[in-house]
Amino acid sequence: MKFLEYQVKERFRAAGIPVPDGRLARNPDEAALAAGALGSVVVKAQVPTGGRGKAGGIKLAGTPLDAKRAAAEILGMTIKGYPVREVWCETSQEILRELYLGLTLDRDARKPVLILSARGGMDIEEVAQTHPETIAKLHPDPWRGPLAFEVRDLIFRAGLGPLQAQLTPLVSKLYALGRTYDALTIEINPLALTRDGGLVAADGKLEIDENAMFRHKDLHGADESDEDPMEAEAKRRKLTYVRLDGAIGVIGNGAGLVMNTLDLVEREGGHAADFLDIGGGAKAEVVHSALELLAGDPRVKGILINIFGGITRGDEVAHGIIDATRDLDLKLPLVVRMTGTREEEGRRLLKEAGIPPEASASAAARKIVELAATGTGRPAAAS
Amino acid sequence: MSILLSSQSKVLVQGLTGREGTFHAEQMKAYGTNLVAGVSPGKGGTTHLGVPIFDTVAQAKGETGAEVSGIFVPAPFAADAIMEAAAAGIGLIVCITEGIPLYDMVRARAFVEDAGVKLIGPNCPGLVTAGQAKVGIIPNHINHEGSVGIVSRSGTLTYEVIQGLSQAGLGQTTSVGIGGDPILGMSFSEVLRLFKADAATRVVVMIGEIGGSDEEAAAESVIGRDYGKPVIGFISGRTAPPGKRMGHAGAIISGNTGTASSKVQALTRAGAEICDTIEEVVAAAGAAVDQPSSAAHR
Repeated sequence: MKFLEYQVKERFRAAGIPVPDGRLARNPDEAALAAGALGSVVVKAQVPTGGRGKAGGIKLAGTPLDAKRAAAEILGMTIKGYPVREVWCETSQEILRELYLGLTLDRDARKPVLILSARGGMDIEEVAQTHPETIAKLHPDPWRGPLAFEVRDLIFRAGLGPLQAQLTPLVSKLYALGRTYDALTIEINPLALTRDGGLVAADGKLEIDENAMFRHKDLHGADESDEDPMEAEAKRRKLTYVRLDGAIGVIGNGAGLVMNTLDLVEREGGHAADFLDIGGGAKAEVVHSALELLAGDPRVKGILINIFGGITRGDEVAHGIIDATRDLDLKLPLVVRMTGTREEEGRRLLKEAGIPPEASASAAARKIVELAATGTGRPAAAS
Repeated sequence: MSILLSSQSKVLVQGLTGREGTFHAEQMKAYGTNLVAGVSPGKGGTTHLGVPIFDTVAQAKGETGAEVSGIFVPAPFAADAIMEAAAAGIGLIVCITEGIPLYDMVRARAFVEDAGVKLIGPNCPGLVTAGQAKVGIIPNHINHEGSVGIVSRSGTLTYEVIQGLSQAGLGQTTSVGIGGDPILGMSFSEVLRLFKADAATRVVVMIGEIGGSDEEAAAESVIGRDYGKPVIGFISGRTAPPGKRMGHAGAIISGNTGTASSKVQALTRAGAEICDTIEEVVAAAGAAVDQPSSAAHR
């Protein structure tokens, strides 16, 4: 789950990380009121993605009238697929220097990692590539967290010694906040050094580990469903779905197998419309739901189901496929490849239902690409 | 010979009385695994699938001498189950559970390291020593004894490879699914080293996927250094679009590693033979089993 900037800043403030004063506005008049109270403000689009500034979603406003105009321009913009419904108006800062402070998981080290750089801002990723020596990292012990001397060492390695007294508590607070929220990523970028010598979180990002959501049921983050209605529907159905650009609907179990199925479809000259992983131990209802989802996508001209059962049982999958094709009156070409646990029963059920399974994943990919190109794909109008 | 697991290994299952635990432990027994105990807190003293159930791993180990644990407990409790097994001195812990919070795993992983025991997974299919024993969920009937070692990050794709090899008459020594989570126990490098030392394994098949840089690390630190056995590699996800992400921290950490081409390049440079499809993997493994010495020095 991702959070919008203002939601992140609320949490920063509560954790004692300094943030500029700000107010949320849902229309231009509210933005004008905010500027009236705060003075010169920055009006910022609230969307769960980066690159807002480059898209024109961040504007300076010196007066309430300017703020009203800026908000009118920004509200209603669509940035990387996300319509802007709210703007955050905050006191503009006189920034002397932009730093970067972040916490994420380092999968290679198998540990959390704190990252600090004196060269923060929009180009931090490029800086990491071209001047890796300016990026300091600390892998804290996951049980005790970063100790004060380790944090000081991090700060000195980043060349930020003169700010050590201010930065040390900030790093510890960010780490604590990240742990509290099971953050995959929490970052302050830029961490602004202002003219008055203070450090303030000028922007922030927070993304929570989906696996840990059972510990955070009270949280409501950004609505990421705006981007794509299919992905939103898949999320409601609790399916792991990523929209792709092709016309072959792909369903499989296991991320590696689904990725390989996409590769096979591509190899046969087709393009997948999605990545849909029904996961381990999927029951008939899940298969039914996955098929229903893809059948509702007008781009899909054929569906390929590739199942290799471990936890997932062939008979369960077969029941799901058979029930779904009947309930949905599915007219699209459908090719099934199934093997593994209880495959004989699954294959028998499918054959009896008139959906004979293919012998191999490659053969199945070849067949669905062929059928989708020449077969009975429904006319574009029917959906 | 084989690695990590044999028909002699005494195996317990944490979460044996649950739906998945029951189903897969039955399959494990049917395969010949020496299942000696189950652990289900609160059900100690009962019997399930013909083996005694204990409340704690320590009791189970004390009473039965179990040395391997397969974990089938739900995600919110799985990291604790891993640590319980490690604290009890279980030498090899195999965690099948998927969806464990990453901070739980980061801690469990550090705990396991301190305890000096081995962890496979989580979110993995487990391992099979062909013809001897299985811990996990790899389908029984696809495995056949032979001389190919398999190590894979994928679950279901591992089954594809095992089945493809078996159908081509190429049996396996041990097949290990190390799991697909960001925070894992054993790495490609660790398993590859075990295969290197195993006389029965003549060829190793390695199934990687996009993300992380475990494949690159294995290429540099193990395969490229007098490995002495042919390594056949496969990377899935070559046509997958780059993942959606937010924030810069991940990119700062991983940079350009993690892409399919980065992995293919690193493995090729180290002397592994990289294939485009599972069928090609099977053919290459067949050729390498016939001519292992020449393939090792390509």
